[in-house]
Amino acid sequence: MHFLLKLAWSDARASRGRLLLTALAVVAGVAALAATGSLGRNISAAIDDQARALLGADMVIEARAAPDAKVDALLARLGGEQSREITFASMLAVPGPDGKAVKSRLITVRAVEPSYPFYGAVESAPATAREQLADNNSVLVEETLLKQFGLAPGSVVRLGQKNFQVAGALQKLPGESAAVAMLSPRVLVSRAGLEGTGLLGAGSLVRYRTHLKFSAATDVDALDAREKDSMRSLRLRADTVSERKRELGKAMENVSGFLRLTGLVALLLGAVGVASAMQALVQRKLATVAVLRCLGAGAGLGLGVFLVQGIAVGVLGSVAGALTGAGLQAALAALIRDFMPVETANFAVRWWEIARAGAIGVALTTLCTLVPLLAVRRVSPLAVLRAVEPVSGRRDPWRWAAGAALAALMLGLTVTLSGNSRQGAAFAGALAAAGGALVLVARGLMAATRRSAQMETMRALPFSLRQGLANLHRPGNRTARLVVALGLGAFLLLTLAFSRSALLGQLQFAGANDRPNLLFFDVQDDQVDLLREKLTALGAAPRAEAPIVTMRLAKLKGRTVEALMQDPQAGVPGWTLRREYRSSYRSAPAETERVIAGNWVEKWDATAGEGVPISVEEGLAKDLRIGLGDELDWDVQGVPVRSRVASLRKVDWQRMSPNFFVLFPTGVLEGAPKFHVLAARAEDKELNARVQREVVTAFGNISVLDLGLIIESLDGVFAKAELAVRFIALFTLATGVVVLAGALAAGREQRMREAVLLRTLGASAAQVRVALITELTALGLLAGGAGAVLALGGGAAVAIYVFETAPVLPWTSMAATMATVTVLTVVTGLLTQRGVATRPPLEVLRAEG
Amino acid sequence: MTPASPILEVNHVSRTYPTAAGPLTVLREASFALAAGESLALVGPSGSGKTTLLGLCAGLDQPTTGTVTLAGRVLAGLDEDARARVRNETTGFVFQNFQLIPSLTALENVLVPLELRGLRGADARRQAEASAKALLERVGLGARLDHYPVQLSGGEQQRVALARAFVTDPSILFCDEPTGNLDGATAALVTELIFGLNREKGTTLVLVTHDAELAKRCGRVLRLRGGEIVTAVN
Ligand SMILES: Nc1ncnc2c1ncn2[C@@H]1O[C@H](COP(=O)(O)OP(=O)(O)OP(=O)(O)O)[C@@H](O)[C@H]1O
Ligand SMILES: [Mg+2]
Repeated sequence: MHFLLKLAWSDARASRGRLLLTALAVVAGVAALAATGSLGRNISAAIDDQARALLGADMVIEARAAPDAKVDALLARLGGEQSREITFASMLAVPGPDGKAVKSRLITVRAVEPSYPFYGAVESAPATAREQLADNNSVLVEETLLKQFGLAPGSVVRLGQKNFQVAGALQKLPGESAAVAMLSPRVLVSRAGLEGTGLLGAGSLVRYRTHLKFSAATDVDALDAREKDSMRSLRLRADTVSERKRELGKAMENVSGFLRLTGLVALLLGAVGVASAMQALVQRKLATVAVLRCLGAGAGLGLGVFLVQGIAVGVLGSVAGALTGAGLQAALAALIRDFMPVETANFAVRWWEIARAGAIGVALTTLCTLVPLLAVRRVSPLAVLRAVEPVSGRRDPWRWAAGAALAALMLGLTVTLSGNSRQGAAFAGALAAAGGALVLVARGLMAATRRSAQMETMRALPFSLRQGLANLHRPGNRTARLVVALGLGAFLLLTLAFSRSALLGQLQFAGANDRPNLLFFDVQDDQVDLLREKLTALGAAPRAEAPIVTMRLAKLKGRTVEALMQDPQAGVPGWTLRREYRSSYRSAPAETERVIAGNWVEKWDATAGEGVPISVEEGLAKDLRIGLGDELDWDVQGVPVRSRVASLRKVDWQRMSPNFFVLFPTGVLEGAPKFHVLAARAEDKELNARVQREVVTAFGNISVLDLGLIIESLDGVFAKAELAVRFIALFTLATGVVVLAGALAAGREQRMREAVLLRTLGASAAQVRVALITELTALGLLAGGAGAVLALGGGAAVAIYVFETAPVLPWTSMAATMATVTVLTVVTGLLTQRGVATRPPLEVLRAEG
Repeated sequence: MTPASPILEVNHVSRTYPTAAGPLTVLREASFALAAGESLALVGPSGSGKTTLLGLCAGLDQPTTGTVTLAGRVLAGLDEDARARVRNETTGFVFQNFQLIPSLTALENVLVPLELRGLRGADARRQAEASAKALLERVGLGARLDHYPVQLSGGEQQRVALARAFVTDPSILFCDEPTGNLDGATAALVTELIFGLNREKGTTLVLVTHDAELAKRCGRVLRLRGGEIVTAVN
């Protein structure tokens, strides 16, 4: 044993540079894992600690309609302290001196009572600004919007028909993350302050919430369970602290699971690096092992010597990585703070997670070392007499066992780290598939260069080019190692970029060319003509208009919705039964839809005596399990309406145009309470802003949805999310570079010897360099290209299955990635093989012994 | 002189390699025996199977048919680790290309075979180091103990290899063209050392060589051609 360690030490001493490089390959991965693990632990602890502040109450009950007598009775039955809130979408305008709007933007109004919230606090600047809302003439405005509009405490803003004074900046509401507010900035106002705005009860996206606080002795979940049925029948949604905790926990688990997986990728890449470095080590040390065997060493000695080195490398890299990770978690926490509904200020380093990451690093490197090392046991002592073929461990059961253990460890890691066995397994599968595909690509490349070397055209190439290409397939080549490491890195980074462009591309497409980019909603019956005139006068004539009538489903093919909801056999998704349908009526299909079955009915003929002939969107029809001729009973704000499916439609939802699940013919709903939507297009930014200002000035209640702004906000949210992911992905990149350098360094001696031989035979330094660059360029291009193509597949899968859109082909980022990978390979290669072309041959000949 | 139990006995040994063009027999039905203290030169043209036969004798490779008995043990009956032990206990090696371990110093290289036996206790270690140093002194490298192979000339490296070969007091020494990579003067020096040490320690010697002079110094010469023993000169 003593001798083994001594041998391991003296051998390691001789190649310490390379071993340190190998250790570096695991540092980044373990660091990423440690940082994300510790962060995840902090988040779940914070969710536990701050549970009640996450909801701001013990229970929150939400309704779409103003509470009626039945709801009030239920609320009275629940008891406790209660605080009411109304929230809806509206326009915030900044009035100029003439009273006309100077700036405006769609916001979410949160009208609350002074007792809100029961737990936690409204955070604002100045801190006491909240108290000023009690004068019913003040508002707190989302900090980002305040800055964007250049407002300050004391500025005047308008909601509907009423002016308010800005009391301060709204920073945080209990349990809400900053990212939510980026999409629709919040404005906090007192409930009594809404009087006089003309907005009460008129808007369409209204929610009525009641916050409840119970005595400490109340079992809130039992109460929730007891009232579940009555709440469902009143179409109320109840949220309790434990439910919120569960939901948040799950959401956060997804977020940190994703981050952990991204970190794991870095580690796996590092493991690939370790395995290939060890493989190279074994190849280089075959002669030494053979000599030892010849002198009478047992098969285990050679294995032991290098295993000790491998484990030492793993421990070294993992400890360094774990400590780095501990230092980095704060940076990561800062990056994702905007997405956190919890306070991140007192996040601490979780040493258990750090240690776990370290242990994972050591286990993974040990196994990755073992697999190639087992071959050492099979080194024939005959190798001292003549070069024997590199040993093949194909039929070595130990090697298979070690490989299986490695695969099991990887699968176990992805599953436990993702926190979701299906996702974890899918992720592991995708990685394995990508790795396998890259190995095949590498093999293909080798076969292709080998074969094409015989072709006439190839033979006509200059010697140094041929030499460079031949190095791709010659014994001792590093093609497979490099293609896998580089390709995997490119694949992961690009998949990320593709997912983003899939999401944003979809939105941009929606607003492209001459499609509407402004949507006006909450337009009252008597405002439609006025608004149309106004828009036309401004040069943004409406492209589409539709009335909206809200209704609910009462019966489906004769069965009541309540019965269907109780019946799991019915197989109808709950949301299709419970939802509030915003339906419309029109005499002809719109541009964005197409009848695919049945007949469109233009106008209802009441004398026919049958149900109203409606048109249903095909996806909804599938969910509801209905077809042509089936009967649907609606509750149109208290009035029962019987209908039957006369046609099915395919709808292009991606266009910003009033589209509907259910369309009625004309002649039925005209008398029902309704509001209207209009879609228009403002060609340029200036007109866009002007239209919004003018409309808000003239019609305080009308809300304007600006597609450009939505894309901008989403882009902002995504950019922030991406920053966190990129941060972790950076570790993958760093690992990739280290692995690249390691793999290139491993081939250095052989290249050196070859180069010296070539130079001895009369090659110039330039020829040697060209050969090297040719080899590196081919490798980089191929690895980058393969990674890009794989990422294309990954991105397409994400686009199709996650965002449900057609995949986008981001040619520029593909080209950029290939170029980057190639340049990186060539530069790293030239750096690691520095001096190959100019080294005096004598030195190398001496080193050969 | 043919004592009752030879130290090396080769019995109808053949070696066939599978190649793309079908099996290739590179050694056919080789048989001979070697008594303790004898010296044997294996000669023949390039590719005639000298190295192959040497490897088989030393248990570095396994014959396709036939048996090799080394120091009373039938090698075919042993597994690779047991053969390694036999090598460690009974043989020494010297190769054309020296085969020193590049990451070890001269002294450490010489110590390797003893270390492989397991050096228990400080006494054993001191003793081992003493004999290693003595051997290095003997080959004229007493001042180069801590030098690495790359810091030594070819002849010096070969002398370290010689010291390593003799450090275990082997009963049989295998040499494959030990002077093939050396110039005349250095070759002569190494040759003197081989035969000198051989005499001092009473070691049996199997030597592959192209050098007729060298072959003549051996008690017996075995000539190979095309994988067959053509003459056994006694
Ligand atoms: N693994 C192998 N596969 C096929 N043929 C082999 C293999 N190893 C050796 N040979 C062949 O066996 C024959 C004998 O080889 P060997 O090395 O024993 O010759 P040698 O007499 O030592 O030659 P030299 O004097 O050149 O060293 C050669 O023709 C060689 O090509
Ligand atoms: Mg030979």
